[in-house]
Amino acid sequence: MKKQLSFLLVAALILSLVLAGCGGNKPAETPAEKDMVVGFIYVGPIGDGGYTFAHNEGRLHLEQELGVKTLYKENVAEEDQEVMNAVADMIDQGATVVFATSFGHMDGLEKASKEYPEVAFMHCSGFKMTENMGNYFGRMYQARYLSGIVAGLKTETNNIGYVGAFEIPEVVRGLNAFTLGVKSVNPEAVVNFKTTQTWYDPATEKEAAKALLDAGADVIAQHQDTAGPQQAAEEAGAFSIGYNTDMKAAAPGAYMTAPIWNWGPYYVTQVQAVIDGTWKAESYWGGMADEIVALAPLTELAPAEAAELIEAAKAKFISGETDVFVGPINDNEGNLKIAEGQKLTDEEMLSMDWYVEGVKK
Amino acid sequence: MILTAAFFSAAIVAGTPLLFATLGEIITEKAGNLNLGVEGMMLMGAVMGFMVGLKTNSPFLAILAAAVAGGAGAFIYAFLTVTLRANQVVSGLTLTIFGTGFSGFIGKGLVGEIMTVDIRKFFAPVEVPLLSKIPIVGQVFFHQDMFVYLGYILAVLLGIYMYKTSKGLNLTAVGENPAAADVASISVSMYKYLHILLGGALCGLGGAYLSLVYVPAWQENITAGRGWIAVALVIFATWNPYKALFGSYLFGGLDIIGFRIQGSGLAVNQYFINMLPYLVTIIVLVTISFRKSKKNSPPAGLSVPYFREER
Repeated sequence: MKKQLSFLLVAALILSLVLAGCGGNKPAETPAEKDMVVGFIYVGPIGDGGYTFAHNEGRLHLEQELGVKTLYKENVAEEDQEVMNAVADMIDQGATVVFATSFGHMDGLEKASKEYPEVAFMHCSGFKMTENMGNYFGRMYQARYLSGIVAGLKTETNNIGYVGAFEIPEVVRGLNAFTLGVKSVNPEAVVNFKTTQTWYDPATEKEAAKALLDAGADVIAQHQDTAGPQQAAEEAGAFSIGYNTDMKAAAPGAYMTAPIWNWGPYYVTQVQAVIDGTWKAESYWGGMADEIVALAPLTELAPAEAAELIEAAKAKFISGETDVFVGPINDNEGNLKIAEGQKLTDEEMLSMDWYVEGVKK
Repeated sequence: MILTAAFFSAAIVAGTPLLFATLGEIITEKAGNLNLGVEGMMLMGAVMGFMVGLKTNSPFLAILAAAVAGGAGAFIYAFLTVTLRANQVVSGLTLTIFGTGFSGFIGKGLVGEIMTVDIRKFFAPVEVPLLSKIPIVGQVFFHQDMFVYLGYILAVLLGIYMYKTSKGLNLTAVGENPAAADVASISVSMYKYLHILLGGALCGLGGAYLSLVYVPAWQENITAGRGWIAVALVIFATWNPYKALFGSYLFGGLDIIGFRIQGSGLAVNQYFINMLPYLVTIIVLVTISFRKSKKNSPPAGLSVPYFREER
């Protein structure tokens, strides 16, 4: 009896493994000769409703615009071997262009780019390059500045809460830009900043926002990948600014706008360049002018006078007349960090580790 | 400034998913089975509760689905460990991995959806008449949602069951010395099965609290390690449901105090605070083994498979 039972269990296990193998993410496609195949490596699930979701929207846009075939792999860990396996998998299926979308994919992608010199690689948010591997990112801080204008006009308590993941340059830069946007319309307002030490934990992010709300904040902004803070704002009857994608559905009673990623057009131009044979590895940090970053449409909760101010600031960013980090700017200890007329270089922005005046940590 | 009524109220909310999972694990371990699948069962409960809630718009069906899903996960574990007498640690870990995958698979299409307005309204905080008027205490304990009240009631009921009824005594016997229980004509297998399933159902409810009330949306891996804290909490509470009530809220408070300390001028590292629940658990473990108190030690038969033939 025991023997039969264990045999049955083993058989069931094997069967389930076989079935699971068949039901993979995307069935292997045999590439037609004329069809181009593009691979995407994601750090999280598309279902995060945030960062990876935004990249996936870009992939769908690419499919629609150019009619190329795309492959994707979710939850690729930030380890060299994992990335190289994913790349090999995609190239096996005919991919000639591979995008990897997280900082930690950098070294693995670099190794893969040397192993497959005929394939074009593009890496998001890193700094390494090889002959056939470029990198790309967006000037999200510009969109954050614009969202700061909305928050600065909306707040009545002059207390704005900002939930961030880690104290790293990307987050600090976004927070500083946001605060400068707030200050441009409301010099009295203070931005309270709290970190959660996680990109992805809806309950913890919500708790952090609740702590800010309990301390008197009436507008919540976030540099996190889930909508937890949005719901905290809605429950408290406060207002919120999202991130990554339009988060209106998550908190219709609080959400005003969000700085969002718009990867689609960039993916189209890059893949088109590969098709035309004009592609070469480059370092790309696009801003509002390229529409790679944008501010999501304002909802009716956003202050009416914001739209005009946002358009004006946006026009200046697009024309290159000015940028966010142009002096004079003080840090939050009162020291002059950027002199009058001086503009931060990209390197200075990428290593930013100080807070502008108005940030309270 | 940090320790306000708002903080304590938030600590109770943060502790509630822990409380359900801890009560579930206590009753499982009381039957002599160490189930490390808490995280998996919570996720299964969270995703099924969310899905059913979204589709049927009924809070009761959502809760029922969460409990059944947690119980179904526990059933796999019970079958492996009670009937087949497989290694309990391995079976439990497998269940965690299975539950994580299962919830991600089922939840694929639910991402980005928000729980329906009716259910969110149903689970909105309600004031308990009279009790909520007590200064501070009322605001902290009696201005909460239904789940929190259910947590209070369950902890007390479980305490009464374990310490005041003959069935509860039988359960203790099964966990301490299954052979003796067997001689006393207590059905060891039935007791183990029933309590493992009940424990799984409670874990499922703990997960559902996150997806139905706390967040309230589905996002992959929504529990983010809370199941493991619950396993530690069982030891902290020394297998006592009343202490679990206190311990859950304490750990919940530790979970959220970090944000409130930031900006208060106290320089305490978030990572240090994240360490605290486990540090406290280690201290409790050390204390238990030093004092050798029978009352506070784990069930003697914990994680030992019971073979009738070996008596």
